[in-house]
Amino acid sequence: MTVDRSRLPDVGPDPAFKFPTIARHRLGNGFQVRTVEHHSVPVVTLVLQVNDGSGADPADRHGLAAITADMLDEGTGTLSAIDVSEGLARIGAEFDVDVAPDATVFTLTTLTRFADRGAALLADILVRPSLREEDFTRVRQMRLDRLRQLRDLPPAVAERAFLRLLYREHPYGHLPIGSDSALRAISLDDIRAFHARAYRTSRATLVVGGALSHEELRRLAERAFGDWHEPSGDGASPAAASTVEPSIVTSTRLAVVPREGAAQSELRIGHLTTSRATPDYPGLLVLNSVLGGQFVSRINLKLREEKGYTYGARTGFDWRRGISPFGLQASVHTAATADAIHDSLSELAAIRGSRPPDPNEMTLAKATLTRGYPRNFETAQQVARAVAQLVLYDLPDTYFEEFVPKVNAIDAGEVTRVAMRHLDPSRLVTLVVGDHHAIADSLKSLQLGEPLVLSADQ
Amino acid sequence: MDLPFTKHSLANGLDVLVHEDHHVPIVAVNVWYHVGSKNERPGRTGFAHLFEHLMFEGSEHHNSGYFPPLQQAGALLNGSTNADRTNYWEVVPTSAVDLALWMESDRMGHLLPALTRERFETQRDVVLNERRQNYENRPYGLAVMAVTDALFPPDHPYHWLTIGAADDIRAMQLEEVQAFFRTYYHPANASLALAGDIGTDAALRLAEKYFGDIPAGTRPQPVVAQATLGREIRLLLEDRVELPRLYLGWHSPAMFADGDAEMDLLSDLLANGKTSRLYRTLVYERRIALDVSAFQNSRELGSFFMLVATAGPGQSLSDISGAIDAALAEILDKGPTATEMERAEAQAEAHFMYRLQTVGGFGGKSDQLNAYNVFRRDPGFFARDLARYRNATSESVRQAAERWLRFDARVALSVVPRGQAASALPGSAAVAVS
Repeated sequence: MTVDRSRLPDVGPDPAFKFPTIARHRLGNGFQVRTVEHHSVPVVTLVLQVNDGSGADPADRHGLAAITADMLDEGTGTLSAIDVSEGLARIGAEFDVDVAPDATVFTLTTLTRFADRGAALLADILVRPSLREEDFTRVRQMRLDRLRQLRDLPPAVAERAFLRLLYREHPYGHLPIGSDSALRAISLDDIRAFHARAYRTSRATLVVGGALSHEELRRLAERAFGDWHEPSGDGASPAAASTVEPSIVTSTRLAVVPREGAAQSELRIGHLTTSRATPDYPGLLVLNSVLGGQFVSRINLKLREEKGYTYGARTGFDWRRGISPFGLQASVHTAATADAIHDSLSELAAIRGSRPPDPNEMTLAKATLTRGYPRNFETAQQVARAVAQLVLYDLPDTYFEEFVPKVNAIDAGEVTRVAMRHLDPSRLVTLVVGDHHAIADSLKSLQLGEPLVLSADQ
Repeated sequence: MDLPFTKHSLANGLDVLVHEDHHVPIVAVNVWYHVGSKNERPGRTGFAHLFEHLMFEGSEHHNSGYFPPLQQAGALLNGSTNADRTNYWEVVPTSAVDLALWMESDRMGHLLPALTRERFETQRDVVLNERRQNYENRPYGLAVMAVTDALFPPDHPYHWLTIGAADDIRAMQLEEVQAFFRTYYHPANASLALAGDIGTDAALRLAEKYFGDIPAGTRPQPVVAQATLGREIRLLLEDRVELPRLYLGWHSPAMFADGDAEMDLLSDLLANGKTSRLYRTLVYERRIALDVSAFQNSRELGSFFMLVATAGPGQSLSDISGAIDAALAEILDKGPTATEMERAEAQAEAHFMYRLQTVGGFGGKSDQLNAYNVFRRDPGFFARDLARYRNATSESVRQAAERWLRFDARVALSVVPRGQAASALPGSAAVAVS
């Protein structure tokens, strides 16, 4: 049998894909739980999602949501922080906390035979944390030290400065870790109050997925979380970040965080766009895929493969319930900084009409988003987290099955339309973390005006 | 708990491994070449890794980028290079297995006609950028380089990092790259694994169809090298960092050799996670360190064990070093406790189970089958690999620590903020790495 190498083999039709059934339950205490069966390996994942993330930080307490989440596994009941970790380790559990702008998500994965012990520990951690002063002092110091270390990391410096440039005073305008002064201002009482306000059955979602039946998964949740009672007091947050309109009036087009002697410049280029709920979402995904959302995209091909400026460049939307940023990121050779910015700005402008996606780009962009879709749901953890995403963004249970046809319905005209509507080259903000002396002259050629010079702490 | 498979070797020497898993309609295609930076020579480093880049630039019958046709079919794909091996993988919808095998076999059998000088030069620039981004422009990014530089003599293949020296990369010639391909990229030096939604017979048939006519090459001679250290070497590196950090490096047993699993267990019980001894003393109780971690870097010719701790603001590396030595002395004396051993066993059990969750990508089932096949000549080693951890005892861990974690045979590197050489361990000599 010889191979015909004169052409690539045909690819058959996409295999059928069905997202597992999501069952909804109400525990004895009224807590709403979703379960999803996943039977490949004897593993269970619990995802507990709280509706408050860094966007719920008070203006003078940036970092409160994150330090609260961090404090929870520092002890519960008679267990010390070390005891809690010991309990997780003895069942080989993977425990992960993600503090995002709109939510705080706790994920615990363990073997099915340890599922009850894992669920009980998770409930103890989240519902009955000790929140002791001595642990707080230590945890806060570690976060202050961490903040100090982040000043050495160009991507972290860029992330922080870029959010601030785009959002200004908006609740989305800071990193979850917060700032040095805000962390020092936070007290243990702030944390207790935040916990009481945010960690309650009415503001949380539990998803349990794994190699058990829906009924067994429900009973698992009932045993661990059935006695979580809504605390007294008002659970209402300050206005959710997602509902706050940003007041962005800035003429800044170019900003620099100087980093003397840096071998590379860390770049961010972007502006605020729209929210995750936009009906243009599928069109924007295709737009991003053509532009810089994957390896074979205009920006990466230009900056990496054609020019050799960088190890990789990409673009993306950092989706939120409220107004979300779109941005390009790359780390480029210092000498190529201005050229890389110039090429990036050209590509960002061209996709709005002067160079609309051609048929090949459209096919590739959509295929990248849709054809391998089932691989996103291979493990219990992926499936459970996916269900939590549905809740976070108010999406229907049928969402994952509707995704592929919706993306496939996008045509080039629609991409141009959403690009015109949501991308505005005149509003793009460019940030460089790099050797200012080495690049200052070349930046002038970009005609973006005098750069705003920021420090790594701003 | 097991990872079942079927193995068949083609006439040209290519090993084919198949594992069926029909839960999700995807198939993982995974190819290992038994070549890494250990096959390079001093002054000629960075080849294996740069070569990996060139494997994505096109081959004779598909003379353009490797990504577009596969992405168009819904594939996720990548590759990586380390000291001992290079791997490439695609995860494709079941309907695109033929395409992935066509592409992989074309670049195994027909790469050189498509390898132009222009492609080579562009990727050389991309790699120099990668090096700047991941090493030169990253805090502490040159530390591991400084440690391996001191642990292994200049002619030992673990002396240099896989990314290679910047000057070597700049000096690389197209002709040398072509010779590298002929020596190492052929069926007799490769292993192909298919895992996922595919029948075993069909998989073997497809492997024969696409790879069967590639000429057999000559299996390269194994690399032989030895390294010992007869004293403690103290080094100092000034870097653009806020806080001093201590790196301790030791030689340790080769991958899968006696004591390798024990050293892996030691890394966890000493320094990984909040339950570890050093986290408890350095970070939680005494608060002199900000973080602590350890790892057994298992390699074919001999491994190294590394322990890393970052000083808290105002804390001294000497105090940290003293506390680490005290913890080591205790382990050397009494070994881990029964509780620690029970915990380690539960964790090993769980982590091996988690490894069975994905068919493809780095660390997925197809990658594991190839690892066992290439390094052990035994793709069925999964269960015995787990048994190494189950069979470890407090005494076997103690003995491994005693044999390898010696105070008088290690590298102690202090990475300190620029201008603060005095905060290094006493007697440290400045090193220059770039």
